Amino acid sequence: MGGKTLSEKIIGEHCGRDVSAGEVVVVNVDLSYVQDGTGPLTVRRMIEMGIEKAHNPDKTIFYLDHASPSPRMELSNDHEFLRDFARKTGIILSDIGNGISHHVTLEKYARPGDIIVGADSHTCTGGALGAFATGMGSTDVAVAIALGKTWMRVPETYLVEVNGRLPKGVYSKDIILHLIGKITSNGATYKALEFTGDTIAGLSTAARSTIGNMAVEAGAKVGLFPPDGETRIFLKLMGREEAFRELRSDEDADFEKHIEINAEELEPTIACPHLVDNTKTIGELGKVKVDQVFIGTSCNGRLEDLHIAASILKGNRINRDTRVIVTPASRRVYLEALRDGTIETFVEAGALVTTPGCGACDGVHLGILGDGEVCLATQPRNFKGRMGDPNAFIYLGSPAVAAATALTGEISDPREVM
Amino acid sequence: MGKAWKFGDNISTDLIAPGRYFHLRSNLPELAKHVLEGARPEFALLVQNGDFVVAGENFGLGSSREHAPVIIRIVGVKAVLAKSFARIFYRNCINIGLPAITCNTDEIDERNELLLDMERGVITNKTKGEEITFPPLPPVMNRILQEGGLVAYIKNHKSLEI
Ligand code: SF4
Repeated sequence: MGGKTLSEKIIGEHCGRDVSAGEVVVVNVDLSYVQDGTGPLTVRRMIEMGIEKAHNPDKTIFYLDHASPSPRMELSNDHEFLRDFARKTGIILSDIGNGISHHVTLEKYARPGDIIVGADSHTCTGGALGAFATGMGSTDVAVAIALGKTWMRVPETYLVEVNGRLPKGVYSKDIILHLIGKITSNGATYKALEFTGDTIAGLSTAARSTIGNMAVEAGAKVGLFPPDGETRIFLKLMGREEAFRELRSDEDADFEKHIEINAEELEPTIACPHLVDNTKTIGELGKVKVDQVFIGTSCNGRLEDLHIAASILKGNRINRDTRVIVTPASRRVYLEALRDGTIETFVEAGALVTTPGCGACDGVHLGILGDGEVCLATQPRNFKGRMGDPNAFIYLGSPAVAAATALTGEISDPREVM
Repeated sequence: MGKAWKFGDNISTDLIAPGRYFHLRSNLPELAKHVLEGARPEFALLVQNGDFVVAGENFGLGSSREHAPVIIRIVGVKAVLAKSFARIFYRNCINIGLPAITCNTDEIDERNELLLDMERGVITNKTKGEEITFPPLPPVMNRILQEGGLVAYIKNHKSLEI
């Protein structure tokens, strides 16, 4: 018998026996969470099931991040419903202003080798720490919260190997946009993506989480990074080094596909409306005038992302026809960016900085697009209607592209302003 | 029997249950008035009880919002037929008791009259006099669907055994 993939190992540990891709198993769940858009339905499902308590309340989190703070009374009532249930059951509440579920989970809760289920598709962000983290619907997560278990099919793995030095102005966002453009938005449906290679080894956890976050945009179940020295450093920085453990696929594991990317050939890459796999390099794009630039989200709202954008904006003014919105991913990111002057740089350049959370990404508040408007955003998806008006156009790019675009008012190559 | 309503490839959850109605997620009958609005604004007015949503590849990609299949079911859709489904959406359909059927939808035209036989794994296109076969659901999903969805399944079994 051949070796095991990282996914097979983690799932095997959680069902108490050896497993191989294709098997369907019940696993113990280490951490479950919901957000304010999916949580109320999760709670109603628990009530319907007749189980109004969490199997493991201190490993269950309700995040209020999608409407933060609430822009409508209906959503205020949803928030009250979630707060109330959390209070009654001892479930952890992460209230408005604390930040986006996936990022706060990286900071505070996710551990290498965990199984994490979240009622949000970008739960796969946790793969950045080597956690088998996957998004599910409200009912599945209701079961995971109530019983501490879920069922899953052990996925086959596509190994994505990225080697070479990233050129100046090219970032992890460009790696994942390039990959999705290449394999398409359902190119990895049901599969695990596992990232390896010397480029990946050199990426920070923040940069890895941008890639892990977007694994679902290729249809994948998880986007895994084998925990390594960088993972240990990140966990130590977060004050929880004890969560670290090493874990990797066996050399002779059975990978269904091996995808190679040469980082040295990559360029700043843009996803064009209205699908994430509709990618172009910045050189292929042509002139696109932009009304709004949005920097933030579970994909690119971390301190490192804000630093990249601020370094381009520093001492400059944003284009007078463009509005620029910056939304830190978490309270921690916000505080650090406040303390080191990054927020000041944004505000001085003419950008506006909002409270931490999902911000404009979900079309609920803090930067809703109007009819015919064009936005360049650092978020993970650009589907028609996502940020408000269905006749708006969303382009996706890295924080560097966003900052360059903020200066010129049209989607721009960061290499020309760095 | 019900009519087919045709959709293309890559129908995202943002087209099925748009974010601009985020505040209606705890008011599903209201949200259902906007079902699939992003792909076809008049759909909620056209669809009748027992009809079918018929689509191409990768139906339901995007967010985990279970509200998307829930409102498709609320307006009376009997099943969603597509060439392929996004992972989370597919699982959500089964969990809420809405059949999601993977099959070749090329030969089904708009408003064709369809009959679904889950047991035999056959869709009969009455308008064209054709039959389309489809592979059975994975056994665990089939059981969940048979029992009316995951909530009913958990209530029946008192645990998560598969
Ligand atoms: S920032 Fe956007 S993509 Fe990320 S969790 Fe929030 S709404 Fe979803």
